[in-house]
Amino acid sequence: MPKITVNEKKIEFEEGLTVLQVCELAGAEIPRFCYHEKLSIAGNCRMCLVEIEKSPKPIASCAMPATDGMVVKTNTPFVEKARKGMMEFLLANHPLDCPVCDQGGECDLQDQSLYYGFDHSRFTENKRQVKEKYMGPLIKTEMTRCIHCTRCIRFATEVAGIPELGAIGRGEDMEITTYLEKSMDSELSANVIDLCPVGALTSKPYAFEARPWDLKKTESIDVMDAVGSNIRIDTYGWEVKRVLPKINEDINDEWISDKTRYACDGLLKQRLDTPYIRENGKLIQTSWTKALKKIVKKLNNTKPEEIAGIVGDLVDMESMFIFKEFFNKILTSSNLECRTKKTYLNPKNRMNYIFNSSINGIEQCDLMLLVGTNPRSEATILNARIRKTYVENDIEIFSIGNPGDLTYPYKIIGSNTQVLKEIIDEKHEISDKFKQSKKPIVIIGESALKNDYGEYVFESIKNYLIKNNHITNEWNALNILTQNASRVGAVDLGLYKLNKKDNFPILNKLDTNEFKILYLLGADELRFNKKNEFIIYQGSHGDLGAQIADVILPSPTYTEKDGHFINLEGRIQKAFKASYPPGDAKEDWDIINQLSKALGKTLNINSRKELEERLINSSSIHSKIGEIVKSKVDTNETQEFSFVNSKIEIDFVDYYFSNHIARSSMTMNECRSIKNKLLSTGTKG
Amino acid sequence: MSVKKVATNQPEFFQFSDENLNKAKKIINKYPEKKQSSALMPLLFLVQKQNENWIPLVAMKYLAKMLDIPYIQVYEVATFYSMYNLSPVGKYFVQVCTTTPCMISGAGKLVEVCKNKISQNQNELSANKICSWMEVECLGACVNAPMLQINDDYFEDLDKEKTEEIIDMILNDKSPKAGSYKNRKSSEPESGRTTLINLKDA
Ligand code: SF4
Ligand code: FES
Ligand code: FES
Repeated sequence: MPKITVNEKKIEFEEGLTVLQVCELAGAEIPRFCYHEKLSIAGNCRMCLVEIEKSPKPIASCAMPATDGMVVKTNTPFVEKARKGMMEFLLANHPLDCPVCDQGGECDLQDQSLYYGFDHSRFTENKRQVKEKYMGPLIKTEMTRCIHCTRCIRFATEVAGIPELGAIGRGEDMEITTYLEKSMDSELSANVIDLCPVGALTSKPYAFEARPWDLKKTESIDVMDAVGSNIRIDTYGWEVKRVLPKINEDINDEWISDKTRYACDGLLKQRLDTPYIRENGKLIQTSWTKALKKIVKKLNNTKPEEIAGIVGDLVDMESMFIFKEFFNKILTSSNLECRTKKTYLNPKNRMNYIFNSSINGIEQCDLMLLVGTNPRSEATILNARIRKTYVENDIEIFSIGNPGDLTYPYKIIGSNTQVLKEIIDEKHEISDKFKQSKKPIVIIGESALKNDYGEYVFESIKNYLIKNNHITNEWNALNILTQNASRVGAVDLGLYKLNKKDNFPILNKLDTNEFKILYLLGADELRFNKKNEFIIYQGSHGDLGAQIADVILPSPTYTEKDGHFINLEGRIQKAFKASYPPGDAKEDWDIINQLSKALGKTLNINSRKELEERLINSSSIHSKIGEIVKSKVDTNETQEFSFVNSKIEIDFVDYYFSNHIARSSMTMNECRSIKNKLLSTGTKG
Repeated sequence: MSVKKVATNQPEFFQFSDENLNKAKKIINKYPEKKQSSALMPLLFLVQKQNENWIPLVAMKYLAKMLDIPYIQVYEVATFYSMYNLSPVGKYFVQVCTTTPCMISGAGKLVEVCKNKISQNQNELSANKICSWMEVECLGACVNAPMLQINDDYFEDLDKEKTEEIIDMILNDKSPKAGSYKNRKSSEPESGRTTLINLKDA
C-alpha cells in the first residue's frame, strides 16, 4: 500500500483517497466548509489548505489525490497563515449577526473562526446584501450569510435528484437560488439545513425556538415509515423541538426524510391526555377507574371469539408483546391482526415478509424490478439508496405499475399481472436479463399484495426467483417493502390471523360486523362501517381511531417511551424515551396490566424492565440489537397458487399525511397543501 | 458589475429559425455522446444572435429541453458569463472599452458621446429602442485605441466626431463601416509598414 507522511507520521492508505481523508486517518484534523463525505468534491471554500513538500503554494487537501511519498504538514505557521487568510475572505462579507442566528452554537464558521479568525476586520467597505429566497415551508433562508460552499446544490442534484438549486451570477454577486423561487419538490429537502455549514439555510418551523445548548438530546429511532432511520430527538421540557438524523451507514446514511424531521410538531397537538367515555353519543372526560370499569363490564359479557384486537402502525414491540399476552392468556382470544388493509401475508418463513437484500445491499444490485410500489413516498430513504445505486452503477430499473417521478429513470413494462406471468414464463425481454443478472432485486410493494391478486404476485415471484437461483444464503432478491414501523415486528410476534382459505379472516369478519368488541392499539387506519361494535381505542392522538371509540385510553407516542422496533429489513432497534406524555396518559404496558388486574387476573409482568426482558428472551432475533438476523433460506417451502388476471394499481400514499402524528402536524399540513397545489396547477418542473 | 438584470418583460415563445436549428444541430454533433450538454455555450450565443442580442428565459428553457439538462444549469451559465445579455440591449449593442490604454487615448469622450446620443445610463435603451451601450474591459484592440464594439464589429482609432457619426448612423438603423477610422490596415503603423515590407500578406 502507498505511504504518506503527515506531520512527520508515516501512514499507509488505500489508493484513491484524498489528502484530506488520509490526514484524517493520521489523526490530523482539517477545517473545511465545502467538503462532505457523501457529496462530490467541489474544492471552493479553500479552508482545508495544507502544506505539501515541493509545492510552493498551499494546497486544498480535499481536492488533492494522495499519492505515494507525499509529505504533508498541517500544523505549520505557513498553513495557519493561509487558513487565516481564507477565513478573513469568508468573513469579509459575512454578517456579524450570530446573536440572532439560529445556527449559533452549531455553526462551522463560528467554531472555526475561533481558531482562524482575526479579532477585527480590515474590510472597511460595505458588506454585501443578498435578498432572501423562498424555498418552501421548511427552509428559512438568510442568503447574506451564505459562504457559497455549494453543499446544498450538490445535495439537491446528487442525492435528492431534483436539480432545482443553483448558483447564479459570479464572484461577489454569486447567489444560491431555486429558479422561480419555488419550494423544493423533494421529500429530502430539509437535509440541506444540516448540510449548510453556516446559518444561510435554517429550519423554518424551528426558527427562534431554542438554542442548541439548552436542548436535551436523545438518540432514538424514527417510526414514520418502516425504514427505521436513526434520529436524534432534541427536547426542551416535554416539547420535542426538533428531530435530526444520526449517522447510520446501513440505514439512512446521514439523511432523514422531511416527515421524520418535521412531523414532530404533531406530537404536541391533538393529544389525548385523559381517558374518555362515550355517553349519549358524546365523548366525555373521565377517570382511569371509570374507564377501566366500563371496559371490564363489557369484556365480562362478551365471548372471546367476539373480541378482536387491531394493532396500529407506530406501535412498539413491548406494547404488542403484552397486548398479545393479554389477548391470549387473559381474554383467551386469538383474534389479533396487525394489517389494517387486506394485503397478502405469508408468515411461514421470515424471509417472506422482510426486505431481504437489506438497504445497504441495494448498492450491490445490478438489476431492479419494482412491483406495485412507489418507494419515493413509501420509504423515502430507501428510494435515496436506489437513486445512489442508479447514479453510481447505472443499473437498469423496471417497474410494474406507474409510480410517477422517482428521481431516477426507470421503465414501466406493464401494469397488470399478465406481464408478471410473461416474465415468469420467460416470454418477456427482461426474463433474459434476470437469467444473466448476478444480484437482481425485486421489490414488492403493498399495492401489489392486495387481496385478490396478492397471493399470485408474491408466490409466483418467489417461485421464479428460487428457480433462477436468486434466493440463496448469499443473495436474496426477494424484498417486501413494508410501509409501517410496527409491521415486521408484529408479524414476528405473531399478531395476525390467517387460515388455509382466508388470508384476512379478521378484516373480513370486520366487514360483516361480526365482532362485539374491538380493541384498537394505536390503530387509526382501519376503514370499516361501524355498527354496534364497542370500540376501545388506546393511543396518543385524537385521530380517526379515537373518533369512532367508545372508550379512549391515552398513551404515549414513540418519543415518550422506550421501545423496540423492527424495520423492514428485519433489524431490531431500540427507541429511547426523550420526553414524557401529557396529562394522565399511561404507558401501554401499564394500561394493559391495570386492565388485567381489573379483570381479576394477572400477566406477571410488574415493571417495564421485566417486560423488555420477556420480549428479548422470547426469540433469538430480539436480542441482537441493531443487527439483521439473516432469515434461513428455505427453498422447499413453496405454496400452491393460481394465476389471477388483474390490473396492478399503485395506491397513492399521502406522504405528508400517512399517520396520526403527521396528520396532527401543522408543518406537514402546509407541505401537503403546497404539494397538492403544485400537482394541480401542473407547474411542476 | 452587479448581478445581471433579468428582463421583466419576457416574450412567451422562442424557437430557433430553420437556419439556426441546422447550425445548432451541427454544434451539438461536435460533442461526444452523453456530453452534448457542453454545446450549451455556443447555443446560448446563437440564441443571442437570433434574438437581437439578448437571451429570454423561454429560450433557456428551450435549450434545457433541447440538451436534456436541468433548466437551472442553463440559468447558471447564462448568469455567469458577462457576454450573455439577459435583457434587451437593442439591435445595435455598443460596448465601449474604458481600460487603461483606451482611457489614456480618450475613451472618456466616446463615453460622453454615448451618454448624449444613446442614453444617460449604461444598459438603457435609446429613445427609439434600437440601441444601448455599456462600458467594458479591454477588448484586445489596444493598439488601435480608443475603440468600441458594435455587435460583432470593432470600430477603432476613434475620436469624438467620428464616434458621433457612427452613433448617428446606427440610431438611424444604418450600418457604419467597421475597422480603423484612420484608414490603418489592422494594427500597422499609421504611416505604413516599416518592417516585412516585401511580404505582401504579412
Ligand atoms: S446556502 Fe449554505 S449550503 Fe448552500 S452554498 Fe450557501 S453556505 Fe453552502
Ligand atoms: S474543504 Fe477543501 S476547498 Fe472546501
Ligand atoms: S484597452 Fe481598449 S482594447 Fe485594450
